[in-house]
Amino acid sequence: MADVEAPLEPQSRHVVYCGVCSLPPEYCEFGGTVKKCQDWLQKNHSNMYERLWSEDALAAATSTLSLDAQKRAEKDAHKKALKAEAAEAKQAATIKSSKVIIKRVERNKRKFVTTVTGLENFGLENKKVAKDLGKKFATGASVTKVASGGEEIVVQGDVSEEIEEFFLEKFPVIPEDNIELVEDKKKKGSGAGG
Amino acid sequence: MFKKDISPGSKSKVKSSVQRAIRTQLVQTYPLLAPHIDEIIPKKEQLDAMKIPERVTLYLIGPTPLFYQHMTDALLPHLKLVHRFPTCFPSIRIDRGAIRFVLSGATLMAPGLTSTGGRLPSGNSEEKGGYGELGGKGEEGKLYWKGDEDDDEREDGKEGWYGGRELEKGEPVVVCAEGKREACAVGLLSMGTKECKEKGKGPVVEEGHYLGDGLWRLVTE
Repeated sequence: MADVEAPLEPQSRHVVYCGVCSLPPEYCEFGGTVKKCQDWLQKNHSNMYERLWSEDALAAATSTLSLDAQKRAEKDAHKKALKAEAAEAKQAATIKSSKVIIKRVERNKRKFVTTVTGLENFGLENKKVAKDLGKKFATGASVTKVASGGEEIVVQGDVSEEIEEFFLEKFPVIPEDNIELVEDKKKKGSGAGG
Repeated sequence: MFKKDISPGSKSKVKSSVQRAIRTQLVQTYPLLAPHIDEIIPKKEQLDAMKIPERVTLYLIGPTPLFYQHMTDALLPHLKLVHRFPTCFPSIRIDRGAIRFVLSGATLMAPGLTSTGGRLPSGNSEEKGGYGELGGKGEEGKLYWKGDEDDDEREDGKEGWYGGRELEKGEPVVVCAEGKREACAVGLLSMGTKECKEKGKGPVVEEGHYLGDGLWRLVTE
């Protein structure tokens, strides 16, 4: 512990941050993911865990508050935890249900562009991914707004399969089943007709 | 100020002349930081600026956030920097009951400071600064505090913060918490500490940067 607290030393202190909620461990109790934080701390910094979560420490911490305030704080913490849980579940659900659609669009007879939609739901940023794709395939890649609202990435050339591989490799958040390859034939039809 | 999540903007390099100006400004605002300034902003290191919403600029070196600044207000330290150099900033302390409100972004009100668990500067300029539980000494620090139950006893000169000097309105301040070693918020005082003691109510620190807010979670990689 001694090396953690040396406030008067010329070097900066090194502070441990919780791996779950990113706060200093002593503030985990206010974070909403208390249980997970406790587990993490016990695993990674057991001596700190002893200091923060032992019976004595808890008793000392709550003794200064009035009973009423304690109750209120507890209720609040409970609510927060529930909220955090709900948010997590919701996110998992959206990941499960949402799809990344990679579409090949015919631009001009034998020339294609590839559009990618649905990355936002996986917490990815279209702009950044577009840049990566452009770099990877050495083609133009841009983010454009779609008429129906939302955004899509347009990559020049027919690279749909390569994009799929690239995503699987680079973004493990996206399950393989949630990537869909589509060939857009509508334009071809209308092109032939006109 | 940073209640919402911030998406990282693009970094731009800071001109070396501006970087020098920032250094001097820092030393001026936080005299206690002077011995460490070379460690925080090494002369050779390139300082980066990142624009984040609400006209705030965040200064960082590599991935380490250092200071943020709203328009041309005072430079405020990022909490990660406060944790690294806890004794270099003027600080006040809030009681335990107030922590959860501060950590959800509420304005810091005077009762959280004037109650038993809270601490304000004593006004005695002879004293040396303290931080959290007295520089993180934990239990010993706690014993030290036990003597003063009433906030009238503040005048007995037992405790000291940043030289014990009274802080003026508009000064940057670090907010520590009762029973905690690390600071939990940073902000500008909207009421002088003396006035705060006299009045005992009203907002003291508005719109600060607190643990777990958007700025804290901002990915600076």
